[in-house]
Amino acid sequence: MQRYILRRLLTAIPTIFGITVLIFIAMRVLPGDPIAQITSESSGQYTLSADELAAARASLGLDRPLPQQYLAWMADVFRGNLGHSFWNTEPIRAVVLRRGMISLEIAILAVALSWLIGVPAGIISATRRNSWLDNVLRLFMAIFLAVPSFWIGLSAVLFLVLVFTWRPPLSLIQLWQDPVKNLQIVIGPSIALGIGLAAGLARMTRSTMLEVLHEDYVRTARAKGVRERIVLARHVFRNALLPIVTTSGAAMGGLIGGTVATETAFGVPGLGNYLVQALSQRDWMVIQNLVLIYGLIFVAINLIVDLSYAWIDPRIRYQ
Amino acid sequence: MLRTDSPTGAVAVPTTLGGRAARPNQAAIRRFLRSSPLGAAAAALLLIIIFAAIFAKQLAPYDPYTNDYGAMRRAPTAAHRLGTDNLGRDVLTRIIYGLRISLVVSIASVVLGVSIGMCWGVTSGYIGGRYDMFSQRLIEVLTSFPTLILALLLSVSLGPGLRTVIIALAITQVPLATRITRSVVLSVKELAFVEAARCIGATPARIMWRQVAPQCLAPILVIATLNLGAAIFAEAALSFLGVGIPPPTPSLGNMLGGVLAQSFKPPWWLVVFPGVMIALAVLAANLLGDALRDFLDPKLGKQIRDV
Repeated sequence: MQRYILRRLLTAIPTIFGITVLIFIAMRVLPGDPIAQITSESSGQYTLSADELAAARASLGLDRPLPQQYLAWMADVFRGNLGHSFWNTEPIRAVVLRRGMISLEIAILAVALSWLIGVPAGIISATRRNSWLDNVLRLFMAIFLAVPSFWIGLSAVLFLVLVFTWRPPLSLIQLWQDPVKNLQIVIGPSIALGIGLAAGLARMTRSTMLEVLHEDYVRTARAKGVRERIVLARHVFRNALLPIVTTSGAAMGGLIGGTVATETAFGVPGLGNYLVQALSQRDWMVIQNLVLIYGLIFVAINLIVDLSYAWIDPRIRYQ
Repeated sequence: MLRTDSPTGAVAVPTTLGGRAARPNQAAIRRFLRSSPLGAAAAALLLIIIFAAIFAKQLAPYDPYTNDYGAMRRAPTAAHRLGTDNLGRDVLTRIIYGLRISLVVSIASVVLGVSIGMCWGVTSGYIGGRYDMFSQRLIEVLTSFPTLILALLLSVSLGPGLRTVIIALAITQVPLATRITRSVVLSVKELAFVEAARCIGATPARIMWRQVAPQCLAPILVIATLNLGAAIFAEAALSFLGVGIPPPTPSLGNMLGGVLAQSFKPPWWLVVFPGVMIALAVLAANLLGDALRDFLDPKLGKQIRDV
């Protein structure tokens, strides 16, 4: 197991390197440079003189050659310094820590919810294959896989506003400051995201359960008179768990992206909302570092999924 | 043309898409429709949606860009069946035109992304060696971003617009298509007919194009259909966030953007109808994809999941 962990950690290094290079190239080379973008968009209101442009570039280090810029960025990131926004002086790191907590809460709640709803739904659906209950559940799965979570969010807020003339608080309140208010903020996005995740998870649970149900050892277990409940719990579900864990992990990628749109729909001041704001303001330092953070989180999740995979299934460790 | 030794269990349908058969294989299509009523219904719904998008000009009751300040934010009535938006534009009209944009974006991005992925996967799997190693690392980097984040990054670096969204969404689809194709190629290239082709002196390029690539069509077709739903979904999210299709061009996503922020008492029809349309379109594409997968190869589901 230790060797497997070590090997897996080593393979993550080139990936992370690739991510940083890709982000760097996307942010610098393709559209000219950030200053050019900002000035071209505000050109109607005021124009910077050539000197001012040069000064602005120098202050951001944009006048240096690209490899040097890249190394400087990496050095900053390694020191935990994420720079500061183009529009105000608050360090990005502080904003990320503050807003990240909200997004993390939403993500954790959404995943928990998806397991609570998705796995039982999938099991019920598989064990009563082709019953009316199975058909109803499958219909819901298909529908919730097709409905964007940000639209569920919009509809939920709309409903609350029109029926109860109330909408979730728009300010940033941490869990330790006021748990009730905090819950009011995070519960909506978690449900909106969790339903979609649950649908995917239920589908995967159903199909793998059905696959495993046909295995010889299940027939053997039944033949020797093991109770059906035990067969399902010990023989079927345990073996079906692998793909379920993988799906759950892979769905996190969708979840990370989903938080961006869903937070915006609810107006929750999380990390995703910060990214959207930065995108509309062309705040490239924020965009660059946030995308890096999202990428790193995703790599970490994949790593954890792979390790748990190896932990659940010993065969994988020895490949 | 039809190979029975295909490792993917490719049946008649893919061969008709190989480009050499002039007529679609009607028997296979009929067999598909009979075997999966749900898939047939999804295909019909998708055809209706495509039809509506093509004939948007004839079907839409109004012009999507004409503001009518005398009829702003009207609830659905006989004149405006789905109501009007903040500038008095007819919502039904804009949904039909938005559908057109969504379909153009999703179909173009799927065709682009999946064909790049297929070419890459075939060459990577067949040639192998260092090129394959390098390709795999690159694909890994691309898959290390959550899809929407990657699309956001690309569309912000390419600037807003139709072409950007298509390219950004296409790139997000390349990794999966490449991996699936590569895994098929790895097993196909050991088979006897490939060896036979090599023996009679076929060039690697010819073998890849004529012998190996056709074997990948079945999985690629399934991936493409499933990606279609995902692309409609992603376009909606990007445009909703304001980095996709810029207004005033209607898209299903940007119609939803800013609706809640614009007023204290948001008009419900501006939220409900575009969302329902997105869901219907995605649902149709997903169901068709699932049905195609089950029809072409039940084992494929596992393969797509495992790669």
